[in-house]
Amino acid sequence: MTTVAAEAEARPTAEEPTSAKIVRFLGKTPVYLFLAFVGVLWLVPTIGLLFTSLLDPTAIGRVGWWELLSTPSLGTFDNYREIFENEDITSAIWTTVWISVGATILPIIVAALAAYAFAWLEFPGRDWLFLIVVALLVVPIQMALIPIFSLYNDLGLFDSILGLVLFHTAFGLPLAVFLLRNFFIGIPRDLLEAARIDGASELRIFARVILPLGIPAIASLAIFQFLWVWNDLLVALSLGRETQPITVAIFSQMRQFSANIELIAPAAFVSLAIPLAVFFAFQRYFVEGLLAGSVK
Amino acid sequence: MTDAPSTVEAPARGLPPDENGPGLWERYGMVLVFLGPALLMIGVWIVYPTVRTMIRSFYDRTGDEFVGLDNYETLFTDDTLVIAIKNNFLWLLVVPALVTAIGLVFAVLLERVRFSTAFKVSVFMPMAISLFAAGVIWRLMYEKDPSQGTVNAAMAVVKDAVSPAGVLSDARPSTDAVQGGPEGGLVLQTPLEPGSVAQFGLTAIRESDVPENAEQAVVPEALAGGITGVVWRDFKPGGGTPGELEQDELGLPGVTVELRNESGRTIVETQTEANGTFAFEEVEPGTYRAAIGPDTFSTPYAGVSWLGASLITPSIMMAYIWVWAGFSMVVIAAGLAAIPRDLLEAARTDGATEWQVFRRVTIPLLAPVLSVVFITMLIYVLKVFDIVVSIAPGSVQDDANVIALAMWRTSFGGVNDFGLGAAIAVFLFLLVIPILALNIRRFRREM
Repeated sequence: MTTVAAEAEARPTAEEPTSAKIVRFLGKTPVYLFLAFVGVLWLVPTIGLLFTSLLDPTAIGRVGWWELLSTPSLGTFDNYREIFENEDITSAIWTTVWISVGATILPIIVAALAAYAFAWLEFPGRDWLFLIVVALLVVPIQMALIPIFSLYNDLGLFDSILGLVLFHTAFGLPLAVFLLRNFFIGIPRDLLEAARIDGASELRIFARVILPLGIPAIASLAIFQFLWVWNDLLVALSLGRETQPITVAIFSQMRQFSANIELIAPAAFVSLAIPLAVFFAFQRYFVEGLLAGSVK
Repeated sequence: MTDAPSTVEAPARGLPPDENGPGLWERYGMVLVFLGPALLMIGVWIVYPTVRTMIRSFYDRTGDEFVGLDNYETLFTDDTLVIAIKNNFLWLLVVPALVTAIGLVFAVLLERVRFSTAFKVSVFMPMAISLFAAGVIWRLMYEKDPSQGTVNAAMAVVKDAVSPAGVLSDARPSTDAVQGGPEGGLVLQTPLEPGSVAQFGLTAIRESDVPENAEQAVVPEALAGGITGVVWRDFKPGGGTPGELEQDELGLPGVTVELRNESGRTIVETQTEANGTFAFEEVEPGTYRAAIGPDTFSTPYAGVSWLGASLITPSIMMAYIWVWAGFSMVVIAAGLAAIPRDLLEAARTDGATEWQVFRRVTIPLLAPVLSVVFITMLIYVLKVFDIVVSIAPGSVQDDANVIALAMWRTSFGGVNDFGLGAAIAVFLFLLVIPILALNIRRFRREM
């Protein structure tokens, strides 16, 4: 659809004299100023968290984070050293990684298979079934928590990474199937027919033709799903106790917020550093994924 | 979005019908291989629990006893749950409209400038952050103490600029000749008439409170037809005599001195000089009192209690808008870019003003995009959870409550009533359905 970086598209400025350009620019100065102000304003909260996380523990609760600008000596990496030596936090980070990676790869494989069937295989009731799967996008996570909690208790999946991965996978499927099927169906039929005539099996066609062609859609989807799971609090909070991703680990410190700022601030910053890195690295896919996911 | 040319090509009639009439397995076994895992997972993790939750909502907390609609009755009568429902409706009324409007403003302004990338990145960035982490960020922003909380610090700066704080934070009279305190002002007990010289000796002023430009205090000359005086810090290291202006005692500049008539009304006021002196010229004959006005004393700005019970929901909403404005902006900007330029140009050529072009051409053409943003926000706002739980301190979670939070708190967060929790989940589900029905046209277009 678009990208954040999509630059101002070329405007017809062809034979404009320089003076007119300057006048036009000056006329827009209020707009520039306003946008610059808002742009900075939007950054302040995140910078506030970063600076707070860098404040010396003795300064936290005594001075505001902005004092760091005038008194750099208040800054320290001690808080970060502390959380990386804190067993709870480091294991929470790894838990988050495993859950997010698992719950990104698994739904994409499962959904891609299903999407291929919905797009290119023929069977009775196909379109109805597809409609039902897509309609399940409506179901809020809350509808599943209680029965899955009980089920997991019976199956021994409660408080396990696998349990969380499976839950996120299932809830990622309707959207993933929907998007991938729509993408796959746009792949030229000739490519498939050619492969079929060559005697390739459906699985082979899927792996050698469809998946490589589907990479752009899969990439957007993967990024959306990864962030969705990485940022989850509700599911992990409800279906786990000791198996804590970073959001839950921070959440459990929030009861004594003021007393724990030197732990909460750096941990929160670490938890959002990965999504930010993904954002800056894959801006285009990121935006596409988010836009696609906006039906969720 | 994937704009697959789905309508161009008839949806695959993939496998050519085999002449030899293959068995059921040959025909559909492959379908099962591809579709099986997805259907199994959807069945176990989505379909089964949904049905189960609906049934569960008619049973009591342990699930042993059928209670009919009791849980639903509790849902609409229990105080905290009613607050949650009310709050959620407030969210629905306020947030989607604001997010859409702000996104529209940003997108329209961006259209007019170059070098917009930095702005887009800055506003869009919070979308990458989890709502939970965003909550942590804003919990810090909203700290009440202006020396900690960024929002209150900014407000203190604005407040200082609008009504400058007084020069002194606290002071006491050094002798009984002056009475009163910072709240009502300090009144000199001696009656004054034109030609008098008033002396205000003050103590209990912290060193750091003395204005930097203060000079040695002096007793001013009497003024014919006027009243003069001095306000000074009646203290010097090593003592000194209270009530007497001595060497090394500083005048207090910037102090507001009021001249009050016999009925106690202030008729004129002035400010002291660097050496603490002040003068009222051309005073009518009569008796007066002089006083140091209360606005000399600044009470330190206490800060707005953003996380208090009354403001918590608007506070969380602001944080939520901070997160979602970027999404709205990017979607609407894409819609704007798709509007044919010549339509706008044609309207301008016909003599329409910029506002008319915007109102009559741009907005109607953008309507589908605006509704996508609006509806998306409705759905997300209905399910808002993480940011509420992270911004609202435990003590005000009842006041900040929303449906999704109530569901979690009832089921897992201490109450452990699965019957009621299930009923809340079903209620949430029922609210989401009509909104998604609005979205169905969009689905159809994309399928």
